[in-house]
Formats: sequence, structure tokens, C-alpha cells
Amino acid sequence: MPSRPGRDSRSRRDKPEPKKPRPKAAAPRGKRPRRAAAHSPTATPRAASGAPERSMPTKTVYEGRIEHLQILDENGRLDERLAKGTLSDEDVVFLYEHMSLCRAYDEIAFKLQRSGRMGTYPQNIGQEAAAAGAGFALRKGIDWLVPCYRENAALFLHGLPMEKILLHWMGDERGNQIPEGVNILPISIPIGTHPLHAVGIAWAAKLRGEDRVAVAFFGDGATSEGDVHEALNFATVLRLPVVFFCQNNSWAISVPSSKQFLNKTVAQRALAYDAIGIQIDGNDIFASYKAMKDAMARAKEGVVTFIEAVTYRMGDHTTADDARRYRDAAELETWRQRDPLLRVRRYLTAKNKWDDAKQEAMEARHKARVGEIVKNAEGIEKPSTADIFDYTFASLPPELERQKDTMRTAGLAQHPEQERLTR
Amino acid sequence: MPTLDLITETPLHPYASGADFPGGAGPRPIQFREALREAMAEEMRRDPRIFLMGEEVAEYNGAYKVSQGMLDEFGPKRIIDSPISENGFAGLAVGAAMYGLRPIIEFMSWSFSLVAADQILNNVPKMLYMSGGQWGCPVVFRGNDGAGGQLGSTHSWAVEGLFSNVPGVKIAIPSNPYDAKGLLKTAIRDDDPVFFLESERMLGDKAHVPAPEDGDLLVPFGEAALRSVGDACTLVSFGRPVNFCLEAAADLREKEGIEVDVLDMRTIRPLDIDAIIRSLRTTSRLVVVDQCWPFASVASEVVAQVCERAFDLLDHQPLRVNSDDVPTPYSKALEAEFLPHKGKIVAAVRKTLGYT
Repeated sequence: MPSRPGRDSRSRRDKPEPKKPRPKAAAPRGKRPRRAAAHSPTATPRAASGAPERSMPTKTVYEGRIEHLQILDENGRLDERLAKGTLSDEDVVFLYEHMSLCRAYDEIAFKLQRSGRMGTYPQNIGQEAAAAGAGFALRKGIDWLVPCYRENAALFLHGLPMEKILLHWMGDERGNQIPEGVNILPISIPIGTHPLHAVGIAWAAKLRGEDRVAVAFFGDGATSEGDVHEALNFATVLRLPVVFFCQNNSWAISVPSSKQFLNKTVAQRALAYDAIGIQIDGNDIFASYKAMKDAMARAKEGVVTFIEAVTYRMGDHTTADDARRYRDAAELETWRQRDPLLRVRRYLTAKNKWDDAKQEAMEARHKARVGEIVKNAEGIEKPSTADIFDYTFASLPPELERQKDTMRTAGLAQHPEQERLTR
Repeated sequence: MPTLDLITETPLHPYASGADFPGGAGPRPIQFREALREAMAEEMRRDPRIFLMGEEVAEYNGAYKVSQGMLDEFGPKRIIDSPISENGFAGLAVGAAMYGLRPIIEFMSWSFSLVAADQILNNVPKMLYMSGGQWGCPVVFRGNDGAGGQLGSTHSWAVEGLFSNVPGVKIAIPSNPYDAKGLLKTAIRDDDPVFFLESERMLGDKAHVPAPEDGDLLVPFGEAALRSVGDACTLVSFGRPVNFCLEAAADLREKEGIEVDVLDMRTIRPLDIDAIIRSLRTTSRLVVVDQCWPFASVASEVVAQVCERAFDLLDHQPLRVNSDDVPTPYSKALEAEFLPHKGKIVAAVRKTLGYT
């Protein structure tokens, strides 16, 4: 197929440059600078004529910087200076037990799926600290959590009954009914569409003059979606009390971050929108808490923060996935050493706040508790087939009423009476 | 002998004989755009949860001057200029609605709503269902739909066929200022999401609309209006092509003495199929006029439902007059020919009557 003139950049480049004096404007248009200048848009290539270059004043109009925050390292060592004013020992014990409960819950949910008692389940394993730390910084009943599906630890902290998530994944839409006073939106299954909903909530709160912050939780994969960028743009341009909390768990299903984006950090994407971008060790409960706490303070001033929590999806994407097929076992092993629970346990043990006996007692407690939760979820009466029609509209329109009456023996327009016509 | 008494006998809508016949003369003719503005402003005065967001709706008074003066009255917190980001403000509206507000989102054109497809088709209509009836999403999305007059293929979308395939949204499509006001007020009060399809080509149309002090003008969803009365054929349409049907009806009456029913559906979802069948009991002939493309169009749906429901009433196979099955032409002459128009409608009616 012949190349179309004007569309093929090669044909344009091959054309000899017309010998005419370079225009005085700084930006070179006709001839592209060679490779070396590609990253420096202000660099002026030498004029084709070889005449001395006109030196135009340039200045830096923007510089970006992303800081990485870690307070508790993988060996359980705490940076006391950074940790000051964050979590008390009691808080840490509470959060450790909470994260452990979430892990036990996660394991049982996986088994439920494998034994055919649940449709699909996305494991949260390995990401408990990111969600729990951030969730712990939010005000229960005041701030809003707009989650995807790997923030169970935050949702449970904010009063979502633990049966609800199981119910949802078992295929009961009532799992997304949120109790009154619990400020959580139903978990978003489409990737990245919900940060805009957080922006909408923040907008509504601002319109009503309420002191609330809305937090969107999403993954690194979602930042390749336009919605996330549009949400950032709206949040900053309308100066809304929103925090973007991105769990960068390295994998978007089977696609590694390196194939998702070229930028070194996800957080730097926020800089383009004049939001504050920060990267944290997402497996560090202190860092997650502190970053969110700081972001909350800024949010109230209408300054938007984007937190990139670097963590790792230790499980599969969902139970429909098998990460062993595309992921290096050594990589998983490296991250096992960075397990968010492990380092908290080490930290607490070193402070004599935790020991094996406590661990054992806790595990027994959690086993019983999770068993109870599963029993409750499975005990809820299954939806009736007539429910199919009930929740499409606020009230049942006549055509759906007809279908419900006949249980789909008739088409959309058909009336039960019409059967008389066919007899 | 099978019975055909499937339709409850209800009186025809007062339009058929009443003084408020839309498009008719009256003491208070206002433009289509003014009718829309009145609807929004009246509702916003009544309900502080309502806000209007869209491109150029505030400072510029709306790209098509629908929201003229609203910024002055309601201020920048309720009339909001948004970035050019349809997906963005559609998604923002979802969150705001779930929180308890009543957003009105103006798409400058429904053609631009396509970039917001995931929000308006995958989030808005499913929230209530996916939360077991808890999280409704009462947003009104409104804007220009259909060929706007030489806007070219990409800006001339008629979305009614595409979007009416999705369960969970209501779709209103007025053909005149009276219905524009009455339907929009109903849409804003509705607890479900509503797609409200206007037409740039009708915004300047004038018709009598009762004054606000004469009471709330609320046109119910799912009730077609009989806009012209006859016994030869039933013309079914919605939105701008209703006006082409009325032209065709006048032509047929004057030139050939053929009288037809013209039914203005006013909402596509819900669809007042009962009204169509009621009319067919007199006419036995059906022509559906629809500005979207023919394949799997709303017209196709009307024909299918009529066949399922009242096949025995028909004396001629139902006919559809759609836009031609090609992208909307840019050329003025081609665009006019591409759309349903009087000539095509007259020909279709004559065909159902066996005229050649």
C-alpha cells in the first residue's frame, strides 16, 4: 500500500529543508531536534545555516518532586522522629489484630470460592496495611470511603459488616446495601470509574458546607484510565476535599507496572494536576496512616493529595486468575519478607507488646469469628427469582411488572392476557 | 374467537381536544430553550439539592443559551462551568447523586456523551440494581440530540436507539416547548436517572406554555399525546420528527383528504405502547418515524412490540421511516435528505394505504 502523503512522518523528514533564515521565535517548528534534545523542549538546535545561535532567555517554570515515606521498615524498626504523633502502641496492637482478622477472612473467602460456595473473590492479602492505615486516619461516620475491592481492611474499620463483602462476592446484590451512618459507597467493579464518584461526593459536601473528606481507593492499573485523570482535574480545579489513595501493587491482573506506564512513580501523575503527590511504603501501617492524616488536613483547605502506596498483591488478581503462570516465584518471595503484618509483629514483639501466646490466642479468636461471619453470610436467605425485576427503577414500571407477573413467559410488550390469542 | 380487549380504555390525552395543544397558538408563546430554562429554574427554586453543571452553562449562559441568566439567579455553586470532560462531570454527578443531590448535567451535545459511556451506561443505570435497591442515581442528563444542521457525522448523533437498549434509564424526548418544560420538570423530580434529549434545531421553536403562576406543568412519563387525529394510518414518532409527521399529516389532509393519527410518544422509556395499539384499533396501519438509524432502532422496537401484541389489528405490514443507514452527511442537502422528512413520511403512509 502506498504511503499517504502528509501522513507519513518519514516522507516529511526526507524532504530537504528549505534554505531560508530561521524565524526569530524560539520554538523550532520546521526541523525537529535530534534525539539528544528530545527531553529538553527548550533546547534550541543549531540553525541550519550555521549562523550563531540566538540565545533566548529560558527559565524553569515547573519542577516536580516526589518523596517516599517509610516509617516502619520491613525488619520492624521504627523511625521515631517520623512516627511522632501518629499511632500509639494501643493503636498498633488494635490495627495488627484487625489486619490479622482481615487476612484470616481473606483466606477463608478464597477457600469458599475454591469449594464452589462463592462466585469470584479478589484476595486482599499483602495489602492490609495500606488500607487499614489509611482507613484508620479517616473519621468514622464523617468522611467517605469510595473503594474498589482491595480495601476490605479500611471498610471494616468504618463499620461495614464483614458479612457484606462475602455476600457481595457470593452474588447477592444486597451485599452492597450499606447500613445507615456508614459512609462507604458500594465497591466499584469497573476499573477507575469511581474516583469521579468520590469527587462528586466531595462536591456535594462542599455545596452543603459540610466538613467531610471523600477518599477514592484504586489501584495502579486504574491510573491508566482517563477517569482517574478527569477526577484529579475536577478535584483540583474545583478545590474539593478529596484524597486519591492508589495502591500500587505492581500488577494490573497479569500486566506488570512496567508495561502500564513509563513514569517512575504513580504519584508523579498527580503533579500534572497541581495535586500533592507522595509515595509511601504501602506495607507500612505508620506511613499509610500518616500520609492519609496529612492529606486530610490539606483536603480541608481544598488541596488535593494523591498517595501512592507501594505494596504487593501477594495473591492472584481474583480467584479467576493464577498469578503463578506469569509471575516469578522469587519476586513473591521478596515481598513475603516485606509482609505488612510480619513487620508490625516484629515491632510489637520488640516492644514487649506482643508474644507467641497472644498470637496463638488471637488466631483462635479470629478463626471462630470468621467461621461465624461465613455462617451468617451463608445463612441469609437467597434472593427470590422475582427479585430480578425489583431494583432496576425506584418503582416497578408497568412493562417490568408484566414480565414479573408472567416470569418471562412473555416478551417485553406482551400482556399475560395475550396468551388467549395464541390458543 | 380470540379477544382483543387487551387495552384498558382510557381517555385520550387532553391534547387531542384541549386548549393547551402544544405547538398551537396561545397567549404565552415561549421558545423551546426558554421552556427548558423555566423548568430548571422553577425546580431549582423549589429544591436546593439541584445544581446544573456542564460546559459553558454559567458565565457564557450556555452554548445554546438554555441556561441564560441562571448564574445570576443561582450563583456559581449551583450553576457550574465544567472542564471539557464529559466523563468527568458525568461521574461527578453520580457521586453527588448518591450523596443525595439532584444534578442536572448538560451535554452540549449527546454526541459528546459517548466519551462518558462507562459512567452513563455502566454506572448510572446499574447503581440501584447492584446495591439491592439502595443507591439510586437520580441524575438528569440533558442536551442536544440528532442532526444539528451541518455538524457532520461525529457531532450529529441520535442516541435514542443506542441508549434505549440499556435497562435502568428513562428517556424523554420532547417535540415542542410545552412538553419540553413539562417533561423536564418531571425528569428532575424523578428518582431514577433520566436521559433528556433535546434538539438544537428546535431550541428556537415557539409555542404557548402556561404561565408558572397557573400551576406546575408536569407532563407524566409514559403517556403519548395524540397530536393529530385521523383514521387512515397511525404515525408514531418522538422528538423533532414529530414535527415532520405533523407536516406530512397536514399535507395528506389538504392534498388527498387522508386523515392520520399522529402520536407523540414523548418518552421512549417508558414507551406508551398501549396508546399505539389504541390508535391501531381505528387505523390498522402503522408508520413509525424515528431519527436514529434503522437497525435495532426505537422504531424497530415499536414495530416488534406491535407485532407481538396486536398483530391481528394490522391490515398492512408496519413501516419504518428512519434516517438512512449511513453516517450523518455534512452537506446541507444530503443531511436534509438523509433524515426522515415530510416526503418520506407521506410516501410511507400512502404505501400502507395501497397507493402507488
